Amino acid sequence: MPLVKGGKITGDAFVHVEDGAELPPNGGVLVSAKRLLENPEQLFKRDGKVGVIWPNNRDVEELVPYLDGLAAVALVFPSFRDGRAYSQARLLRERFLYRGELRATGQVLRDQFVFMLRAGFDAFDVKKQSDAEAFAQTVKRYSVFYQPTGDGRITALHRRMQLRHSESARL
Amino acid sequence: MTSPLEQKKIKISGPSVVTANRTWDGAVIYRTARKGWSNELADAAIVRNSDEARTLLAESVADDLGAIGAYIAPVEINEDAIAPGNLREQIRLSGVTIGLPIQA
Amino acid sequence: MYAYDEIDRTLVNERVSEFRDQVKRRLSGELTEDEFKMLRLQNGVYLQLHAYMYRIAIPYGTLSSEQLRRLAHVARKYDRGYGHFTTRQNIQFNWIKLAELPDAMADLAEVGIHSMQTSGNNTRNVTSDQWAGVAPGEIEDPRIWSEILRQYTTLHPEFSFLPRKFKFAITASEHDRAAIKIHDIGLRLHKNAQGETGFEVMVGGGLGRTPFLGKTIKPFVHGRDLLSYVEAIMRVYNQYGRRDNIYKARIKILVHELGVEKFAQEVEDEWQQTRDGALALDDEVIEDIRSRFFYPAYEKLAHMPDELKKAAHDPHFEAWRKNSVFPHKVQGYSIVTVSLKPVGGPPGDATAEQMDALADLADKYSFGEIRVGHEQNLALPHVARRDLPALWKALDKAGLATPNVNLISDIIACPGLDYCSLANARSIPIAQELTRRFANPDTANLIGRLHINISGCINACGHHHVGHIGILGVEKNGEEVYQITIGGRADEHAALGALIGPAVPYAEVADVIEDIVEAYLALRERPDELFIDTVKRLGVEPFRERVYATR
Repeated sequence: MPLVKGGKITGDAFVHVEDGAELPPNGGVLVSAKRLLENPEQLFKRDGKVGVIWPNNRDVEELVPYLDGLAAVALVFPSFRDGRAYSQARLLRERFLYRGELRATGQVLRDQFVFMLRAGFDAFDVKKQSDAEAFAQTVKRYSVFYQPTGDGRITALHRRMQLRHSESARL
Repeated sequence: MTSPLEQKKIKISGPSVVTANRTWDGAVIYRTARKGWSNELADAAIVRNSDEARTLLAESVADDLGAIGAYIAPVEINEDAIAPGNLREQIRLSGVTIGLPIQA
Repeated sequence: MYAYDEIDRTLVNERVSEFRDQVKRRLSGELTEDEFKMLRLQNGVYLQLHAYMYRIAIPYGTLSSEQLRRLAHVARKYDRGYGHFTTRQNIQFNWIKLAELPDAMADLAEVGIHSMQTSGNNTRNVTSDQWAGVAPGEIEDPRIWSEILRQYTTLHPEFSFLPRKFKFAITASEHDRAAIKIHDIGLRLHKNAQGETGFEVMVGGGLGRTPFLGKTIKPFVHGRDLLSYVEAIMRVYNQYGRRDNIYKARIKILVHELGVEKFAQEVEDEWQQTRDGALALDDEVIEDIRSRFFYPAYEKLAHMPDELKKAAHDPHFEAWRKNSVFPHKVQGYSIVTVSLKPVGGPPGDATAEQMDALADLADKYSFGEIRVGHEQNLALPHVARRDLPALWKALDKAGLATPNVNLISDIIACPGLDYCSLANARSIPIAQELTRRFANPDTANLIGRLHINISGCINACGHHHVGHIGILGVEKNGEEVYQITIGGRADEHAALGALIGPAVPYAEVADVIEDIVEAYLALRERPDELFIDTVKRLGVEPFRERVYATR
């Protein structure tokens, strides 16, 4: 499944390690929530980046103590219709100020890319090759956003304010 | 006419057909015995037991491009003519009933 | 009327482009139906029995004449020449082809009409009082807040894949014409002791299999906090609403299972983290939205103009005036309800010709504005009283002047088994027969205000639970049978109706309704005791006895 980051298909800096399997000696690893919480020290003192796959039915607040050490958090869309990870993403970015890689996994399809970006995802484990290839094109679909999220884009309400001010400034 | 959208197990009580709606325009269609679809109920393949129904339905559902919402619907066979087997299928075949007076 | 600006239009156009691309990918097979279905639902495209159905949003029930004409155009060009106004102030077309939809959407986008989120597990049309902005005694125009909410909820990245659908309604009058208590979030606009605008917030109303009336979780949320508070509610719901069972996935179930105090606390805890953030609405922003609503330049007019005095001798005009014309907050003006419930007709339908005629009348007599009510009637909100006689003549000619507003033949009905793939029984023919039985205006007026609501299945799109008389179609052994309830109300005294007895077959429903009415006429204390009040006073028993005595 192609990984999209920075708007294009790239290699994966992380290897997914199953519970019970041995950790590779170096390099980035993605482990389950269970493994992280069982023995975080072992993971963090390794030579290599640590990422966690966090289920969508568990509060992300539990991750807060580890966010500084985590290089990646992968959230899950078991079906594209299950939108819990959008809330998790926003909380991680906007409330807990997480700055590492935030990866969307599961049924990740083209028509949700814009929503995911706005929610704070910056890496996408895309289900279909054709969708991954269309990523850069797809994210240009919308230029107007009504509501604020952490993505820094100005909202329609505030763009209007700007236009109003610049109009009256010219008078 | 309990909505067949609630059908879980395939269980038929008499002769049945597979019906669906055509993807590009939503028109009512019936699965034929020649692996196609027709607007005409007369062209529909008849199934008479659960296994046949399951097979025909699976094949219909696999044609995701041509049809959507396929399900099994009852029919009545009167002297070799196929007729809809309940009010819902009657309405799908001949259109809305509005305008017919209610019997007092 | 809210005026779309460049920003609003851009969004609608971008949406149309996206949908065009999605349809293309569906018809080429690149998208499976499983992947496409939620996308088309998010654009209001359903599959019904005979064809696709297209549901178009009419935000808070306000339309311009230009927009109404464009709806007529869509009816003619892409459908079969008529449309159906719904119990959520939307309009539906029943014979749409998927392949033509992007073009129909583009035609609508040109006049600022869209269908975003009229279906799917997202936030739906924010509905309001169809008399907003003109009702006497209204505290403030609720449509300003409806528009603020509409923008906030449109294509919200966090809340586009909720456990289930989510509906808002707002009222700003003492008498609730928006049925806020049967919505997921119901907002009652009012002012606090300091004279500041805010909202009583009710959560968890909804009908369907498990009907609930909304419960107040906060008596006053300041206007500036509306969006941050709503976001807190939505976030709690998005994370904790059930996703394992679609019949238990609405927020009403979450509120019920947690208990209202615990639910309110969860919302409060979440809200405390965000209340002063980016969603805080400052006065400037609210004023900007308010400034975009155009209000007519009303003239100074007499309350009793000559035209009205002269027309009073015409009993047909008078019958209509007394029934369909309502007081306006500005002297000399009136609100006119346009009945879409002609005798023998399907409730809430209008032909393309009628839409065009009404658009012209709106231009001439209502400053180009039309309203849509959840009772499936339309309204002209700014009619000068001196224009009433001329307006009536024209409405009558177009078949839009049946003087039955709020009477027994002003029936609310879902499309039912004639159209809808979820239905178990038909509803429209039941409504048609009832309008025929009670066609005589003297009879209808003798009975007085009586709301009949009909649903063809338990999803309750006809709002039967809150009808004075509610009729629910179910299926039993291949036959259509109907459960009858009485005593429901949708307004500020909202209540769920009670069953009067075993279900009755299709052919007997109209007889049963006649028996109920007969019982009421015999039991009422005074001629002006309404049906709903007689039921409240006496309960269901006396009605049950009379109806089932011979059945």
